Amino acid sequence: MVEQNPKRKKEQKKEPTRPLPKTNELDTKAFWAATKDKEFRYQQCNDCGKVIFYPRRHCTGCTSGNLNWKTASGEGTIYTFSVVRQSYHPFFRNLVPYAVAWIDLDEGPRILSNIVGIEDPLNDISIGQKVVLEWEEHEDLNIPLFRPMGS
Amino acid sequence: MSQKRDAAIVGIHEYPRRDVEGEVSPLQIKAESAARALEDAGLTWSDVDGIYDAGDGGGMSGLNIAEYFGLKPTVIDTTGVGGSSYEYHAAHAKRDIAAGKANVALLTYGSIAHSNAFAIGVGARGGATMHPAENMDSFAGMTLVSNYAMVAARHMYQYGTTSEQLAEISIATRMHAMRNPEAVAAMEDLEFLDIRETTIDDVVNSRLIADPLHLLECCMISDGGGAVVIASAEVAANCKKPPVWILGTGEATKYPEPGGDITVSAAAQSAPIAFSEAGLSPAEMDIAMIYDSFTITVLTILEDLGFCKKGEGGDWVTGGRLRFDRPSDGPALNTDGGGLSSNHPGMRGIFLLIEATRQLRGESNSQVEDAKLAVAHGNGGMLGSRHSAGTVILGRD
Repeated sequence: MVEQNPKRKKEQKKEPTRPLPKTNELDTKAFWAATKDKEFRYQQCNDCGKVIFYPRRHCTGCTSGNLNWKTASGEGTIYTFSVVRQSYHPFFRNLVPYAVAWIDLDEGPRILSNIVGIEDPLNDISIGQKVVLEWEEHEDLNIPLFRPMGS
Repeated sequence: MSQKRDAAIVGIHEYPRRDVEGEVSPLQIKAESAARALEDAGLTWSDVDGIYDAGDGGGMSGLNIAEYFGLKPTVIDTTGVGGSSYEYHAAHAKRDIAAGKANVALLTYGSIAHSNAFAIGVGARGGATMHPAENMDSFAGMTLVSNYAMVAARHMYQYGTTSEQLAEISIATRMHAMRNPEAVAAMEDLEFLDIRETTIDDVVNSRLIADPLHLLECCMISDGGGAVVIASAEVAANCKKPPVWILGTGEATKYPEPGGDITVSAAAQSAPIAFSEAGLSPAEMDIAMIYDSFTITVLTILEDLGFCKKGEGGDWVTGGRLRFDRPSDGPALNTDGGGLSSNHPGMRGIFLLIEATRQLRGESNSQVEDAKLAVAHGNGGMLGSRHSAGTVILGRD
């Protein structure tokens, strides 16, 4: 019988995971709490109408601080993207090649995310492509990813 | 604003080793570089009354860096804006000297990024921090290379820029590196596979790290550091080397916003301020020292500095016009070999000031004949998201 180093055994069990946001960060906690209900929320100022993203407590357009939470439809457009071929991150290194992208939601917010639901990230993604929100489920929150519309 | 020759770079030193094999600390690199730069100026430690530090030595540098050097400065500035910190420091040193608050300003940098095996470009941007912006971004696995690659992708989409055009920046920089013995030694120490002048084909056929950026479009990760001494006109008059005047400076930041244009960097805001203060135009520059973390960084910043219109950078750089031996075509780019092929320990901004000074003194390995004016532009943070810009216009007597 081969004796196993207990530390090594523990390491083997632990699957690398996607780095998840903190749910107690005070500016963004309401955003992440809403993801539990698969709602993508963003802010708009009631006084000057400015869309604010990432979430904050103050309006960046005027001094009011009178912000309203809204829910995005989940539809958007790829503003730009890159296919990552090399990553040393324990989770992402196993995912290469994968696509990171800035997505412009139809309501205005621009969010960094991944494009999923495609067979070949090297050929199936383009700037200007319409995408829709797809939630990756986790225990305390859900992660907003995007897939090409109609895929 | 009229040009004021009230502060000049009088001493420089670039730490020669790019792989210290873990035997030298960042603080030691900073102190040795400071001593050599003070010698270069004909000054000594006790002449220094202003200290500018980006925190690269660790700890709360505003509290402890003077003690480490053994100084008693009366101006302490710890502006930390990544790779552009040293352009900000030069700007602040000029301001403080003009205000009579300092006479001799010391800027230092030390890093052992290579020895520490930091995977700066492709490392783990994981483990969400408590900054709200990071807390929104970090789940996506964006490497630093892919951050810049997304600027390149959008630039290609909006303006038709090609990888071959971006490669011009890489090959011009490598050509300059091959003329710089310290750059060649750096590439040897960092075990570059093929140390020679490169072609556009070499660049576009090197492997993709994050589309559309190839290996030969990415800077190295070295150890290193350096120092710059900036002095008042009165002190400069008695220094060993001719003064290199700080003629104009500009600072700006940029960040993702709904509807923002990722192909325009913070340089578009900082550059007009700097050129206006200097009373000069981009066309008058002999030298362009631009933070070449990646090829796209240079292309974007060349446009934003005003060398050509936004979107026309690809055509503008084509045909080798950035080489040091083509002075009639505009400025020579990164004549030391740049971060791509000579020295990039993480915050390259100080080397931009150092090589620009060499050029205006006539000391470069790729000397542009009769170089009189230079622009140094540092970019800190990440071009494709939140970043800082520091523009410094330099001129000789």
